[in-house]
Amino acid sequence: MNNPTPDTTTRYLNVMRTRNSAAREATWLRALRQSAVERFAETGFPMLQEEDWKYTDVRPIERAAFMPLPQDAALPAVPTAGQFRLDGLSGPRVVFIDGRFSASLSAVGPLPEGATVTTLADALNSQPQVLEAHLGRYLPADGHGFAALNTALLADGAFIHLGAGTRLEQPIHVLYLTTAGAALLLPRNLIIAERDSEVTIIEHYAAVGDMAYFTNSLTEIFAGDNSTVEHYRVQEENRAAFHVSGVHVQINRSSRVISHALDLGGRLVRNDLRAVLADTGGECHLNGLYFAADRQHIDNHTHIDHAQPHCTSREFYRGVLSGRGRAVFRGRIVVRPDAQKSDARQVNNNLLLSRDAEADSQPQLEIYADDVMCSHGATVGQLDEDALFYLRTRALGDAEARDLLTYAFAREVLDRVRLAPLRVRVEHRLAAALRERGALHEVHP
Amino acid sequence: MLTITDLHASCDGKEILRGIDLQINAGEVHAIMGPNGSGKSTLANVLAGRERYQVTRGAVIYRDADLLQMSPEERARAGVFLAFQYPVEIPGVSNIYLLKAALNAVRKSRGEPELDAMDFLALVKDRLQLVAMKEELLYRSVNESFSGGEKKRNEILQMAVLTPHLAILDETDSGLDIDALQVVASGVNALRSPDRAFLLITHYQRLLDYVVPDVVHVLVGGQIVKSGDRSLALELERQGYVGVAQPSTSV
Ligand SMILES: Nc1ncnc2c1ncn2[C@@H]1O[C@H](COP(=O)(O)OP(=O)(O)OP(=O)(O)O)[C@@H](O)[C@H]1O
Ligand SMILES: [Mg+2]
Repeated sequence: MNNPTPDTTTRYLNVMRTRNSAAREATWLRALRQSAVERFAETGFPMLQEEDWKYTDVRPIERAAFMPLPQDAALPAVPTAGQFRLDGLSGPRVVFIDGRFSASLSAVGPLPEGATVTTLADALNSQPQVLEAHLGRYLPADGHGFAALNTALLADGAFIHLGAGTRLEQPIHVLYLTTAGAALLLPRNLIIAERDSEVTIIEHYAAVGDMAYFTNSLTEIFAGDNSTVEHYRVQEENRAAFHVSGVHVQINRSSRVISHALDLGGRLVRNDLRAVLADTGGECHLNGLYFAADRQHIDNHTHIDHAQPHCTSREFYRGVLSGRGRAVFRGRIVVRPDAQKSDARQVNNNLLLSRDAEADSQPQLEIYADDVMCSHGATVGQLDEDALFYLRTRALGDAEARDLLTYAFAREVLDRVRLAPLRVRVEHRLAAALRERGALHEVHP
Repeated sequence: MLTITDLHASCDGKEILRGIDLQINAGEVHAIMGPNGSGKSTLANVLAGRERYQVTRGAVIYRDADLLQMSPEERARAGVFLAFQYPVEIPGVSNIYLLKAALNAVRKSRGEPELDAMDFLALVKDRLQLVAMKEELLYRSVNESFSGGEKKRNEILQMAVLTPHLAILDETDSGLDIDALQVVASGVNALRSPDRAFLLITHYQRLLDYVVPDVVHVLVGGQIVKSGDRSLALELERQGYVGVAQPSTSV
């Protein structure tokens, strides 16, 4: 082919090189970026031939060649931004519009001593030593091209730091709102909970408008000894959006990380969640709920690394698929040779509401220690016909009965969402999605 | 109230009901007894609208309407109630939510306004006493990890809240202790009225000591082989189905 435009990988590499040659940055950051550039040059976009990507075709992302937005233009006014607040939550709010911090929409408020809630860009200036110690430290060296793309061009995101013993009662709401079409957005979050601290963070992705764009986010979480971190990733991008996320967590001695991955939007979504139980007594709870309506594709890859003994992991992911919705779940659990007394449980259930919906569920347990308790269960099924009939004999209409059972299925994950305003929001989104599709009546085998 | 004429029904090509004729008038209580596998639950399910069974012949008229043309929910809204032999567990749907949704669906179809939360709760608590059920069960998922007896009481509670015209109780008395049996019986008796009818499917004559039926039918091999008054139940108890169900003795 005689195509004068270079391919997307080359274009991205050019953007990276141009950026890096212009920037005046600390050596460690340059080095971090440089190795990411090299990694990206090496891997480019993941391909279907790769085991980890065989169900998720990212060529549409590559073809679209989304580009970073200019950083100097004025931020657009977003009169509807209020719709994305979580009413009833009164904690700090950090809002990014089109990937850039919006001071006017954000409100951090008073924080307890020892707590910092700011932007990554600010933290790079104000506390470079902390950043040097943590940024990029929790990513695997063999990460995929999207992670490298994020690191090579990282510019801003949320920076949350809890000093030893600091407890922040109110959840921190980090909102990424996109208004621009054809944009490549690279949110980069760093959450550091020093020992004995406690924090709850909501990472929230949404859009105003129905243009296509690409969010490629990366979050690193360090849970120090005896800390508790609760992390929500609420993804309600528009239906034209591409969303790739990475959440990388290090769980230290006797610390507890609770993760909720709620995926309701997006056209093509891929999430990699990796938790390393890096010291004894660590605990991780990974909850997930995904809803893929017609032509949505949602892929969750989770990876729990029981690297040390006496750690516990609980994973519970559920998905609802309608129309031609498609979901992929790959739950990898590795128990290293020394990780005796590991206790791991994984459950993934998928509910297909239509004949054309599809789910692939793959548990993947790699156990190299002998004294462990590990279990997994994966199901892909339809609504229970007996339950449906029972409800209809109790005067509920067919559609109403199907909705009720679908909710009930999702409820078991949502019940774990402690934050009521968030739970209500997700319930409403689910209800809207159920109504919209009319797919309820689409097929009854 | 209900007229069944020459009803044949099958499942996966296998004929289960083979010509049922049954007439139930308002105010009456009918009992159906019969050996395992004779088609009692199939009849109950066909009347409730289970699509799994195909009606191949016959007619069912319920209060001047063609019952077989109605969906399960239309039947329920028209006042047909089935207490299941095996009530279904529905994780994630609370018992009280279902009661409310069911009652409001029925009321709506009758052109009545929905009950507000207060009135609804008062009604449910009243009916709860009738079936001597623990209030706590209202807030659990429907039938989930209920004991066998609790499930049956829950069916009667639903019946008492929905106040159907025609209640079909499929072995609601099976597996119940004597107290629970009396609860079921008093639930039925409390609802008994000139404009209501009951079809009780049972294996045991003892339920009929508490709920005195007008007519007892014996169902064998998908057909009603004998009908009579309550003494037929006693006769069955003594002689078993084989003794009673001889073709020569059928009416
Ligand atoms: N869905 C079905 N598919 C295939 N066969 C069925 C189905 N439902 C019922 N049958 C068969 O039809 C016959 C009648 O079953 P039914 O449940 O109506 O019996 P029953 O009289 O209620 O018995 P029991 O006293 O044990 O409850 C049985 O042989 C049963 O195996
Ligand atoms: Mg039966």
